[in-house]
Amino acid sequence: MSVETLVDQMKGGLDAPICLTWEITYACNLECVHCLSSSGRRDPRELSTEQAKAVLDELKALQVFYINIGGGEPMVRRDFFEIIEHSVSNGIGVKFSTNGAFIDKKNAERLAAMDYLDIQISLDGADAATNDPVRGPGTFDMAIRAMDNLKAAGFGEFKISVVVTRHNVSQLDAFKAMADAYGAQLRITRLRPSGRGADTWNELHPTNEQQVEVYNWLMKHGENVLTGDSFFHLNALGPALPGLNMCGAGRVVCLIDPVGDVYACPFVIHDQFKAGNVLEDGGFTKVWRESDLFTELREPQSAGACASCGSYDACQGGCMAAKFFTGLPLDGPDPECVTGHGEALLQAVPVNLAPRPMSDHSKPARVRIPVAGS
Amino acid sequence: MWRVLIPLRTSSISLRAVVIITADSACELHPHVAVRPEPFGALAYHYDNRRLVFLRHPDVVKVVTSLAHHDSVADTLRAHDIAEERWPAFVSAIDSLISSEIVRVR
Repeated sequence: MSVETLVDQMKGGLDAPICLTWEITYACNLECVHCLSSSGRRDPRELSTEQAKAVLDELKALQVFYINIGGGEPMVRRDFFEIIEHSVSNGIGVKFSTNGAFIDKKNAERLAAMDYLDIQISLDGADAATNDPVRGPGTFDMAIRAMDNLKAAGFGEFKISVVVTRHNVSQLDAFKAMADAYGAQLRITRLRPSGRGADTWNELHPTNEQQVEVYNWLMKHGENVLTGDSFFHLNALGPALPGLNMCGAGRVVCLIDPVGDVYACPFVIHDQFKAGNVLEDGGFTKVWRESDLFTELREPQSAGACASCGSYDACQGGCMAAKFFTGLPLDGPDPECVTGHGEALLQAVPVNLAPRPMSDHSKPARVRIPVAGS
Repeated sequence: MWRVLIPLRTSSISLRAVVIITADSACELHPHVAVRPEPFGALAYHYDNRRLVFLRHPDVVKVVTSLAHHDSVADTLRAHDIAEERWPAFVSAIDSLISSEIVRVR
C-alpha cells in the first residue's frame, strides 16, 4: 500500500480521533490579541469536575492515546491537577498549553513528578518587545520564569510554542536557540483568523515573502521542530514538509470546548462547524462517529476553484478555518495561498462580510477610573 | 510499506537500533505500547517515545499483538496460518517495528 492510500483512509475518518484538543476553560489571566478561542471570562456552563472525568472515561474507552489540553489558561481551573491526574492515570497522555503564569517552583515540581505529561509554553516573541504587544505586558518574563522553574525542577523536554507572525518570522533561529538552551523542543504553528485573531490577522499574518522564509526554514530544521502539521499550505512552494499534508478537521482531529461542544477543529469555533455536545445522549463517541458534520467532512472534498491549479495536490487548498473566517469559499484557495490566488480573492470580499467567530468570552473593556484629584 | 511513521510529534529522534531479527527470534509488543483497532488495521502508540505507528493490515495486527504468546516469530506466523511466502515481509515489518520500539526482542 502506498502512503496516499493511508491518507485516503484517514480522510475517511478513524474510529476515534488521533489528536483531540480539549479546552477546559474559557477563563484566562491574559487577553492575547490573537486568541483563537476569544478567551477571558469563565463560561458558567463550564463542565464540572465530574463531567470532565466522565469525558475522560469515555476517551479511555475509545483508546484515545493522548489529548491536548488548552483554554483559556487551563491552570486557572482549581481542579486542573485533578483532571490531568485522572487522565494520565487512565492511560491518556496529556499535553497542555499554558502561558506559564501558574508554573511556580512548587507546581513545576509537581508537574515534573508526573508521567506521560507534556507542557507547551506559549511565547510569540524571542524578546519582550516582540512578545508583549501580542500576549500582554509582562508575559515574556512570565514565560521565561515558568521555563526556568521547569528546568530547575528537572521536568525534561517541554515545548516552546510559537504562533508565527509577521513580527517574529525573523526570530525563528533565536527561538530555536532558546529551545536548545532549555533542552526544550520548539513548536511553531500558523496564525489563524480565528477568535480574536479575526480582528488582528490582517496586521499580524506573515507576508508572502515571509511565508517563503518559513518554508525554507522548516525544510532546513523541520525534523526537529514540531508544527502540528499546520503549514501544509506552504507545500505548493516545493517538496512537502514533514507531516500528513491534509486537513484533519473532523477526520483525525477535533475540539471539545469548555462547555462540551464538539467542533471540527480548534480553529473553527462557529455554529457551522459544531458537531454536537459531549453531554448529549451517546456522548462524544456518537458525535465523533455519527454526526452529520463529521460525516460530511469525511467525504471527498471538492477542489472547486483550485481544481485547475497544478499545486492543489501539494497544498490541498489550505486551511478551512483560514478561508471561513476571511470570508473565502471553502472550496477555493487559502487566504495565504502562496501563488497569490487567495490574496486576489480577499480583495473582493466586502468589508465586514466574513463570518464572525462565535462564543466570545473576551473580558469587557475595563471602565476607566479618573485619577483622584484630577 | 507496512507502516508509516507519522511525525505528528517527533519528540525524540532515536537512532535506528542495530537489531536484525529472523523468523527464529522471540519478540513481544513493548509493554508501554497501546494498540487501537481501526478499519485499516490498527494504530499503535508508544507512551514513552510518543510515536504513533500504523499497522496496516489485520494480519499484521494479529501477529504483532500475539508475538509474546509464542516461542518465535515463525511460531506466531504459523499459529495465524500466514502462508510461508509472506513470512519475509512479516519479518521485515516486525524488524522495522523494533526500530521504532513498538516491538522488542525478548
